[in-house]
Amino acid sequence: MATGWRRRRRHLGTEADRATFRTLHTASLASPALREGLTAGSAERSSKHLRQLLGAPAIALTDTAGLLAWDGSGRHHAEQTFALAKATVEGGATRVADRDELACIVASCQVRNAVVSPLVVDDRIVGTLQVFTDGATAGLVRAADEVAQWVSGQLELAELDASRTRLMEAEVRALRAQISPHFIYNSLGAIASFVRTDPDRARDLLLEFADFTRYSFRRHGEFTTLAEELRSVERYLLLEQARFGDRLAVTLRIAPEVLPVAVPFLCIQPLVENAVRHGLAGQGSGHITIVARDSDQSCVIEVEDDGAGEDPEKVRRALAGERASDGSDDSIGLGNVDARLRATFGDEYGLVVETAPGAGTKVIVRVPKFAPGVHA
Amino acid sequence: MNGSAPSVVAVVLVTVATLAIGTWGLRFSRTTSDFFVASRTVRPALNASAIGGEYLSAASFLGVAGLVLVFGADMLWYPVGWTAGYLVLLVLVAAPLRRSGAYTLPDFAEARLASPRVRAASSLLVVAIGWLYLLPQFQGAGLVMEAAIGAPQWLGAVVVAVVVLVNVISGGMRSITFVQAFQYWLKLTALLIPAIVLLGVWVGDGAPNPADAAGGGDEGSLWSLPLGSGGAEGLYLTYSLIVATFLGTMGLPHVVVRFYTNPDGRAARRTTMVVLGLLGIFYLLPPVYGALGRVYGGDARPDVLVLELPQLMVPGTGGDLLAALVTAGAFAAFLSTSSGLSIAVAGVVSQDVFGRARLPGITAFRLGAVVAVAVPGLLALAAPNVGVARAVGLAFAVAASTFCPLLVLGIWWRGLTDVGALAGMAVGFLGSGTGVVYALGNEQTLGWGAALLGQPAAWSVPLAFATMVVVSRATRGRVPPHVLRFMVRLHTPEAVALDRG
Repeated sequence: MATGWRRRRRHLGTEADRATFRTLHTASLASPALREGLTAGSAERSSKHLRQLLGAPAIALTDTAGLLAWDGSGRHHAEQTFALAKATVEGGATRVADRDELACIVASCQVRNAVVSPLVVDDRIVGTLQVFTDGATAGLVRAADEVAQWVSGQLELAELDASRTRLMEAEVRALRAQISPHFIYNSLGAIASFVRTDPDRARDLLLEFADFTRYSFRRHGEFTTLAEELRSVERYLLLEQARFGDRLAVTLRIAPEVLPVAVPFLCIQPLVENAVRHGLAGQGSGHITIVARDSDQSCVIEVEDDGAGEDPEKVRRALAGERASDGSDDSIGLGNVDARLRATFGDEYGLVVETAPGAGTKVIVRVPKFAPGVHA
Repeated sequence: MNGSAPSVVAVVLVTVATLAIGTWGLRFSRTTSDFFVASRTVRPALNASAIGGEYLSAASFLGVAGLVLVFGADMLWYPVGWTAGYLVLLVLVAAPLRRSGAYTLPDFAEARLASPRVRAASSLLVVAIGWLYLLPQFQGAGLVMEAAIGAPQWLGAVVVAVVVLVNVISGGMRSITFVQAFQYWLKLTALLIPAIVLLGVWVGDGAPNPADAAGGGDEGSLWSLPLGSGGAEGLYLTYSLIVATFLGTMGLPHVVVRFYTNPDGRAARRTTMVVLGLLGIFYLLPPVYGALGRVYGGDARPDVLVLELPQLMVPGTGGDLLAALVTAGAFAAFLSTSSGLSIAVAGVVSQDVFGRARLPGITAFRLGAVVAVAVPGLLALAAPNVGVARAVGLAFAVAASTFCPLLVLGIWWRGLTDVGALAGMAVGFLGSGTGVVYALGNEQTLGWGAALLGQPAAWSVPLAFATMVVVSRATRGRVPPHVLRFMVRLHTPEAVALDRG
């Protein structure tokens, strides 16, 4: 037993190796919090690991507006952190503060000096790392500088994550704004044509139109229920049918069990718009089928048209996010929906498109009934 | 009595109808003119019928009457507990569980505690409880086949297992709300109409008091006493049964899945209210059979009393037809409950076992279904003599000792940690599991040891709660950081405008 232990310890390398491992491990403990960006919460969680990394009696993390977290002894110095941060932000480099700046009334206080390093993201100082000690050595200054740079790196990664999310949100916003002007003109035109002949229907259609736009321009919430999404699809189809009349036939088969499933906002509607456009292209009349059914732990939604179909290669490129070679933006909606489904539920939940020229198009969406963090 | 033609026809009809509905389903198409999503959300009354249809199993349909016949009024605690379980569900769990958005119990565990290990443990428990619950369904089917057409006992179990498997694998009966709702009303009718006729016969005979009759089972005064016989042990058994059934309902895998179908927490509460009413009506009937059986069913076997009583009381074709109706109801009971449970178990097995093995979804689900049905089917063949209602009682005891603490503490206590939940579920499962193994291995015997093991809920449930609280307190640092936000989401009504993200 004892020899086994010793052998395993030897296997882990020399004392210096182990110190390196410990340091790396401590750093890895601090990084998840920092990857969320610089907030009071993330600073609170990472500060104790950072202090361990530096071996100092106390450290503080600030942003440019004030203290975020203090870890260690001498908490009565917390009020002075803002002044220290300000000096470093103005100076732009690591500086050492001495006892004059750290007026103290507690005799046993270990805080005599402070090393204040800036945290830099995209060439901009977003905060400071302040290391408090009873005597600042050149080594500590160097260590504080290195740790501050490592923290800056983590914060930059956080910024990258955030910008990726922002991009996704911007795409949703674009999708909202993408409600085609043609659809609005045509709907209003169709409604106008009913105003004299069938005023009641015109009034109903106008109300549907109002509800449809209210839903599509909704600002809050990344997710919605399938019921809400389908209700909007239903309004859209009512308006299109007012325009096309008998030329547009629609069949809907919805299993009531899947209506409460949470789905990304506007993930079905673009598919239906595509289906209407493709279904009516060519022969001038078309049949759209929308099916939502229960499939064990997931829910399957199929949008099918019997229209002209599409070149599979073109669809593949649209799903890969490339512009079509002829510049048409037919399938932008597809690519966007696909990307958002994958980002939300994982790569196995991407869109499936079955199509061929002349054979119609069928788009299949599969969403899990429950995914952690996804709720309408 | 054996081999009556109407009963055969009834069994075949129910089987064929179930397969047909499973295969073709309610796949009627609609056009926009009469399609409104809003009108298709599942109303509480419909959903409640579906819950009733899935919930009322062989134990309710056959077991209760037999137990009342043999052991008397103390067995009324079974139907009382199975109904009152929904009261506890209504008060403590229904609305928050719906608001959590969880589709299965493992989902809830993962969302609440952010721990894959608790999820895995919950999945194991779902499978264990599902199998324990499926076992008596298959056994009951064997008994019914034997009583109705004189087939050997194993045949019924095999027939039901195969029908359920075919249905689940072919993708039918995916807990389709309409089908299950229909099953509730079929079961109610199948018990209600014969009960009315039999009560008429009984009144015609001068309404003899069942307690005075010389039928099988306990003496008259003991028969009508609503406590287990045997002094303090009897009292313990009664209380233990009450704890198991009151708290076990919320932990049944196929019940939680149904709550997901409610559009919001308020609808979940309303659904539970209606379920209480529907179950209350249904459970009035089996005790009537039990009591009448004491007067008329001298030589009927307890587990199939409901099937044999009509022919004993109404000789001739009338009795045969009533018996056929009851047999059809019993078969509906096996099929609907087993389908719901098999799907729940197959879902968990395919997701958490075969899904890991990177099998494609449909293959994984089919393999899961085979495992879900085959294991309890084989057990039913191997251990054919466990009382139907008692085995279901054990399933409730396991659910009450494991999922009940997880749900109640998870919903109402911020301090629950993943380690605490794991420890509590392990203790509860070991405690109640010991009881199950003991009960499956032994016929009921007397003495405190047998009472404590045979009906473990009264000590295993408090023990599981205590373990969860103590261990969670000891591992305070592991409380998930998002717990407050999750609590807000569980307990705030949907009508309140609030950022739930």
